[in-house]
Amino acid sequence: MSDPLFWHRIQFAFTIVFHYLFPQLTMGLALLLVILWRRAHRSEDAIDRETARFWTKVFGLNFALGVVTGIPMEFQLAANWGAFARWSGGVVGQTLAMEGLFAFMLESAFLGLLVFGEKRLSKRMHFAASCALFVGSWLSGYFIVTTNAFLQHPVGHAFAANGRLRMASFPTFLFNPWGLVQYAHTMVASVVTASFVVAAISALWLLRASTAPEDSRARPHAERSLALAAHVGLIASILVAFPTGDLHAKMVAKHQPATLAAMEGRFESGAAAPLALIGQPNVKEKRLDNPIVLPGALSFLAYGTFHADVPGLDAFPENERPTNIEALYYAFHLMAGIGTLQIGLFALTNLLLWRKRLFQTTSILWAHLLAFPAPYIATTAGWMTAELGRQPWIVYGLFRTADGASPKVHAGSTLFTLLGFCGLYFVLGLAFLYLLFKMINHGPVGPAASRGAETIAPEVPHA
Amino acid sequence: MRELGFFLAVSFLAAFALLDGFDLGAGMLHRIVARDERERRTVLAAIGPYWDANEVWLLAAGGVLFAFYPAVLAAGLSGFYLAIFLLVWGLILRGISIELRHHGDEPLFKSFLDSLFVLASTGIALVLGAALGNIIRGVPLDADGWFALPLFGTFWPGPQSGTLDIYTISVGLFTVAALAHHGAHFLVWKTEGAVATRSARLATLLLPVVVVGAIALFGATFIVQPALQQAFWSRPWIVLFPLFAAAGLGVLFRKAGSPLGKFLASNVFLGASLAGIAAGLFPVFLRSTGEGPNLDLSMAAPPESLAAIAPVFLVGIPLAMFWFAMLFRIHRGKAHAAEGHDGY
Ligand code: HDD
Ligand code: HEM
Ligand code: HEM
Repeated sequence: MSDPLFWHRIQFAFTIVFHYLFPQLTMGLALLLVILWRRAHRSEDAIDRETARFWTKVFGLNFALGVVTGIPMEFQLAANWGAFARWSGGVVGQTLAMEGLFAFMLESAFLGLLVFGEKRLSKRMHFAASCALFVGSWLSGYFIVTTNAFLQHPVGHAFAANGRLRMASFPTFLFNPWGLVQYAHTMVASVVTASFVVAAISALWLLRASTAPEDSRARPHAERSLALAAHVGLIASILVAFPTGDLHAKMVAKHQPATLAAMEGRFESGAAAPLALIGQPNVKEKRLDNPIVLPGALSFLAYGTFHADVPGLDAFPENERPTNIEALYYAFHLMAGIGTLQIGLFALTNLLLWRKRLFQTTSILWAHLLAFPAPYIATTAGWMTAELGRQPWIVYGLFRTADGASPKVHAGSTLFTLLGFCGLYFVLGLAFLYLLFKMINHGPVGPAASRGAETIAPEVPHA
Repeated sequence: MRELGFFLAVSFLAAFALLDGFDLGAGMLHRIVARDERERRTVLAAIGPYWDANEVWLLAAGGVLFAFYPAVLAAGLSGFYLAIFLLVWGLILRGISIELRHHGDEPLFKSFLDSLFVLASTGIALVLGAALGNIIRGVPLDADGWFALPLFGTFWPGPQSGTLDIYTISVGLFTVAALAHHGAHFLVWKTEGAVATRSARLATLLLPVVVVGAIALFGATFIVQPALQQAFWSRPWIVLFPLFAAAGLGVLFRKAGSPLGKFLASNVFLGASLAGIAAGLFPVFLRSTGEGPNLDLSMAAPPESLAAIAPVFLVGIPLAMFWFAMLFRIHRGKAHAAEGHDGY
C-alpha cells in the first residue's frame, strides 16, 4: 500500500468515472437542445419554449459539474502521471492543447450566450448559440477520445533520440481508425444517456399527473419530451450496438487480441470460439464456471466467420495479459447486456407511441423511470472495459502503466488527495442530486415562463 | 519554434491572470460590495457570462505546455503536487459556488455559497501568487529534471524551504490584493448603484496597498533571484515593462477618467508586470536550486511535434479572440440583477 502507483490508479479511475457522469449527458443533450430550440423558435409555442428552457437548465447544471470535475483531470495527467506525460507530450499534448483552445472556449463562451442571451439575442442568433454549444461539446469529445484512442492503438508517432515520442504524421494521429470507431460509439452512447434521462423525467411527470390529476401542468411538456426521447433513443440504442459496438469489438480483436480474450473469459485458444452469455471467469483454474454460451458467436463477432481462430489468454505471455481479468469480463458483459435490453425497451416505447397508448401505459412509464441509471452503468462499464483492457500498458504495446507515475510523488501525498476528492465529490454529488430533484419537482412551468415568454422576472430580494 | 511555445504559454497565462483575475477579484469582494440578494445577483450577473471562459485560458496554457514543454509541465505539476491540488479544489469550489447558487432558493444555501465564493476566490489567488513566487525563486531540480517540494519548510528562501516561504507567501498576498483591486475596477465598470460606489471606494483603498506591495516585491525579487538582475543588465529594454506597469498605476491615481479606462489601466499594470517577469526569466521556465540543470527552452518536445502543432495556434488564437470579443460585445453595458436570475 505504500506503492504510489496503486493510489494513482485509484484516484485517476475515481475522478474520471465521476467526471464522465456529466459530459455523457451534456454531449447527448446538446444534440436534443438543438432540436428543441429549433422547434421552440419555429412554433413560437409557449409549451415548446418552456420545454426547451427546462432541458437547457438541466444541461446547465450538468455542464457546471462537468466543468469543475474536468479541471482536475487535465491537471492529473501531468501531476500524477508525470513520467507518462513527459514521455508522450510530443504527441498526446497536441489534442489536449486543441481541446482547450477550440472546444472548451467555444463551449463556455456559447453556453454563456445560450443561458444569458435569450433576451439579448435574436432568435436566429440564439439558435446559432445552441448549435455552437453542440459543436463545441462534440468537438471536445472528439479531441479527448482521439487522445484515448492513441493510448489504445498508437499511430502517427515516431521516437526522438532520447526515446520520447514525437509526431510523425499529424493527420494519421488525428484520424486514428480506432479513434473514429471509438468516437462514433461514445457519442451515440451519450445520446442514449440523454434519451434515457429525458424519458425518465418525462415519465415521472406523467406518472404524477396520472396519480394526482391536479398536478398535471407538466403533462404537455412531458408528452412532447418523451416522444422526442423515444425516437432519438431508439435510433441511438440501435447504433450503439450496431454498427458501432460491433466495429469496436472488431478493432479490439484486431489490435488488442489479449484484451478480447480477457473480456470474454477465453483461457484457451482455438477455432469456432463461443460467446459467453453468462459465466464466472475462474482465473486460478483457467476456465469459465457455469457457462451458457453461443457456439461460434465470438469467432463471428470478431472476424465475421463462425470458424475463425480466436486466440485465448494462453497465447500471450503472462506480462502482456490484462491484469484484472474478472473485472474486465464483467464490465464488458454488463455493457453489452444493458445495450441489448435498452434496444428492447425503446422498441416497445415506440410501438406504444405509434399505437397512441404510450402516455397512458403506466408500466412502461415506470420502466423508463427506473431505467435511467442503465446507460450510466453501461458507459462506465464500457470505459472500464477499455481502460482495464489496455492494462498493463498506458500506451498499448509501448509504455507500461508501472513506468508512468510521477517519480517523486509518494503514496502519502496521493492518498491525501484521493481522500480529498472522495470528500469533495461526495458533497458535490449530494448537492447535484438535491438541485436536480428540486428542478424536476419544480417542473418546466416556472414563474418566469408564466409571466410571458420574453421577460425573465427578477426575483424579489429577501429582506 | 521553441520561443513560440514560451511566448504562447506566457501569453495564455497572462490572459488567464487578467481575465480570470477580474472575476477572482470580484469574488473576493463579493460579500463586501454586495449586501443584499439583489446586489449579490448583480455581481454574479457581471461575471456570469465570462468566468468559465476566462478559466479556460488556464487549461489552454496547460495544453500549450503539454504540447511544447511536457517535461516542464510534468516536473512542475508533480513537484508542487499538494499545492496544485489545493488550486484544483479551489477552482472546483469557486465554480460550484457560482453555478449552483441560482439553482437553489434557500437564503441560507445562497449565503453559504457566497461565503464559499469569497474563500475559494481568495485561496485561488493566494496559491497562484505563491506559484509565481516559486517560479521566480527556483526549485531543487535533480539531475533527471524532477523535484518534490513539501508545502512548507523553514519559511526562509533557501535550500530548506518548501513551497511556502516568506517570499512566496508575500507574492501570494500581494496577488490577492492586486486581483481584489483589479476586480473592484471591473465592478465599477460593469455595475451601477451601490455596488459600483462601494467597489470604487475599495479600489481607492486598495490602490496604495498595491503600490507599496509592488515596490517592496520589486526589491525583494532582485535579492531572492539574482539571475533577474543579470537579465536586466544584459537586456536593458526589460526596464520598459516596470515603466509601463508604473504608468498603469499612475493613471489610477487620477480622479477623472472613465471606469472602463481605469479597468484597462489595471490590466496594463498586471499585464506589464507579468510580461516583465517573463522577459526576465526567459529562456528558463523553472530555475534550479538543486544539482540538476534549469528547465529551459531546450526541454521542448521534438521539433517535428512543434511543427505539427504550431499552425493550429495560428487558427485557434484568432478564433478564441473572436469568441471573446463577441462575448463582451453581446454583454456590453451594465449588468443587472435580473440577468443573474436563473433565466434557466
Ligand atoms: C450506453 C452505453 C453503451 C452501450 C449500451 C454499449 N456500449 Fe460499448 N462502450 C461504451 C458505451 C456503451 C463507451 C462508454 O462509450 C465505451 C468505453 C470506451 C469507448 O470507447 O466507448 C465503450 C467501449 C466498447 C468497446 C471497447 C472496449 C475496449 O476498448 O477494449 C467495445 C468492444 C464495445 N464497447 C462494444 C459494445 C457492444 C458490442 C455493445 C452491444 C450492445 C455495446 N458496446 C454497448
Ligand atoms: C478519454 C480520455 C481518457 C484518457 C486520456 C485516459 C487516460 C488514462 C490514463 C493515463 C490512465 C492511467 C494509466 C493506466 O492505469 O493505464 C487511465 C486509467 C484509467 N481510466 Fe482512463 N482515460 C480517459 C477516459 C476514461 C474514462 C471516460 C473513464 C471512465 C469513465 C476511464 C477510466 C479509467 C480507469 C478505470 C482507469 C484505471 C485503470 C487501471 O489502472 O487499472 N478513463 N486512463
Ligand atoms: C471520453 C472521455 C471524456 C469526454 C467525452 C469528455 C467530454 C467533456 C465535455 C463535453 C466537457 C464539457 C463540459 C460538459 O459538457 O460537462 C468536458 C469538460 C472538461 N473535461 Fe472532459 N471528457 C472526457 C474525459 C476527460 C479527460 C480524460 C480529461 C482530462 C485529461 C478531461 C478534461 C476536461 C476539462 C478540463 C473540462 C472542463 C472544460 C471547461 O472548462 O469548459 N475530460 N469534458
